Amino acid sequence: MELLRLATAGSVDDGKSTLIGRLLYDTKTIFEDQLESVERTSEARGEEYVNLALLTDGLRAEREQGITIDVAYRYFATPKRKFILGDTPGHIQYTRNMVTGASTADLAIVLVDARHGVIEQTKRHAFLASLLRVPHVVLAVNKMDLVDYDQAVFDEIKDDFRSFASKLDVTDLTFIPVSALKGDNVVNRSANMPWYEGTSLLHHLEEVHIASDRNLIDARFPVQYVIRPMAEAYHDYRGYAGTIAGGTFKPGDEVVVLPSGFTSTISHIETPQGEVGEAFPPMSVVIRLTDDIDISRGDMIARPANQPTVTQDLDAMICWMDERTTLTERKKLAIKHTTRSARALVKDLQYRLDVNTLHRDEHATELKLNEIGRVQLRTTVPMFVDEYRRNRTTGSFILVDEGSNSTVGAGMILGEAK
Amino acid sequence: MSTTYELTHLQALEAESIHIIREVAAEFERPVLLFSGGKDSVVMLHLALRAFAPAKLPFPIMHVDTGHNFPEVMEFRDRTVDEYGLRLIVASVQEAIDAGKLTEEKGPRASRNLLQTVPLLEAIEGHKFDAVFGGGRRDEEKARAKERVFSHRDEFGQWDPKNQRPELWRLYNGRHHIGEHMRVFPISNWTEMDIWQYLGENDIDIPTIYFAHEREVFDRDGMQMSVSPYLEQIEGEDPYRATVRYRTVGDMTCTAAVASPASNIDDIIAEVAAARITERGASRADDRRSEAAMEDRKKEGYF
Repeated sequence: MELLRLATAGSVDDGKSTLIGRLLYDTKTIFEDQLESVERTSEARGEEYVNLALLTDGLRAEREQGITIDVAYRYFATPKRKFILGDTPGHIQYTRNMVTGASTADLAIVLVDARHGVIEQTKRHAFLASLLRVPHVVLAVNKMDLVDYDQAVFDEIKDDFRSFASKLDVTDLTFIPVSALKGDNVVNRSANMPWYEGTSLLHHLEEVHIASDRNLIDARFPVQYVIRPMAEAYHDYRGYAGTIAGGTFKPGDEVVVLPSGFTSTISHIETPQGEVGEAFPPMSVVIRLTDDIDISRGDMIARPANQPTVTQDLDAMICWMDERTTLTERKKLAIKHTTRSARALVKDLQYRLDVNTLHRDEHATELKLNEIGRVQLRTTVPMFVDEYRRNRTTGSFILVDEGSNSTVGAGMILGEAK
Repeated sequence: MSTTYELTHLQALEAESIHIIREVAAEFERPVLLFSGGKDSVVMLHLALRAFAPAKLPFPIMHVDTGHNFPEVMEFRDRTVDEYGLRLIVASVQEAIDAGKLTEEKGPRASRNLLQTVPLLEAIEGHKFDAVFGGGRRDEEKARAKERVFSHRDEFGQWDPKNQRPELWRLYNGRHHIGEHMRVFPISNWTEMDIWQYLGENDIDIPTIYFAHEREVFDRDGMQMSVSPYLEQIEGEDPYRATVRYRTVGDMTCTAAVASPASNIDDIIAEVAAARITERGASRADDRRSEAAMEDRKKEGYF
């Protein structure tokens, strides 16, 4: 069984909680005691119908204020796949939460209310999904029951969204008309919309092809930890542990180690299940080499003929995630990229991007919470990077405030800064 | 597997957990792994052993001992320590009570469950641990569903759910000030079913009380509690013998048994698949104290 990670974007008004509730309920993921607890709370609050948002809003403050504060993770499975669903709240801290949820997602569901069509929020969600390079996007047009299951309404929303999405980098876009409340096209295909020829949402989630979303071409192995048993039985053992970030590795492959530039050959690849003949992302493995060379955490193993860019100057899109501080030029921050940590200086804020209109404000002097901009950074040591669009692992980084230790920024690398 | 470049869900979860465990070993000075002998901590321990093989585990394990344990679980703990040559640290609730740092709850519903926080935090401080691995899963409880994999604790061991660091990609931020620590949950994304499937697939040993056995129990609040010297029975709570097993393992005062004939992991997987009640709902008295019982305990530094 394969694992699919998805993120849902939309507000309560779009029926997102109802949709999630239905997916969980119909895949038998909601347990009786959970449902009873939600029913009790709903009733005590005088709500007319069971508020499924209470299933995910676990914190006291969320229940008291009736809001979702944070990304909530839910788990469900069908006989075909396991799903990890990152549910991001619609109102509060929206961008920060959606960027977080989308960073690991294979697929994003963007919800639209059929009565309102594509609104500013829809565009924002679609833009963030494309910025984070979520490989598959589903536009779920919800509440079709309230527009009499009218094909014309669906088609108009589809055209509207397509014309906006053409400005974005969305590789796989699917449109599904649903009614989360009535269950149309969520788990089973709806008899109310015979004009719709596609599959139900759950069927799509089960079948969408995700195996080729990973980069299997550019071999990248950031060294995470060096294993040296210090025991008589493993006297000369030296293994480089880490998670494959791109491409494939085989015993016998000639490799280059960055930053030293030394070359060697892979002798063994070990996994929890024993030795393997080939390793690929996102396997956690131990690589051993034929030569004893000095390698430590933060180094990168690649192929001599296919190496990442080695640079101290990064050109990146940054989403600022801190409410107490802003990103300004000359600011110094800690940066973590793969297994490599360093310090970074903000050299230039080129523009701030309006996530609703995609307008670039080149006069911007700072990025505040939930704002996104294009930034040039200089790092204290060389980083081994790829474009984010080519590799989500070697193309991403986080920025950390050195005083508060908070994670304050998320970065997606465009390339080497000129 | 190699031809299609696909991982099964268990392989993907295993890879993620091992990545997290190695990240901690690389970035922290003094990690420790909490080990209760329960199935989740058993899986976490195995993942940690696999993360560093053939080297030994590069950090100790810690058991927060309420003194009210199932004897079968204590036997399992000690056997595991011997088998893998682990370093075991015990943080004792009894010692804290004897030293006058804690007061025992009174009455038939007394439990030492809440009392675990003090010895846990004292041990973390005393040993200067800066990263503490916990076996919490996001699917098991609603407060846990919102907690980060790297979860920051201030100098009082407190969790601030409204002020959590965003966690993106596989980039975990372990930075903290001296005296603070990080709770790390490598199996955050595993479900109860994943745990059982993994135990089965990898033939991993767990305490015998997870399998059906005959035991003297009594009914309380719709749950079957084991007769033990640690739990006072109220009038009318008459003991009887039943075939039961445990779905979770806490201490004897707060963990209930479930009626079950499941005697091996395949039976248990079938039972979990058909279950209509969550594992904590079915067997944990400690969560029943209030709707936000877990969140309140966690804020103070609980697991």
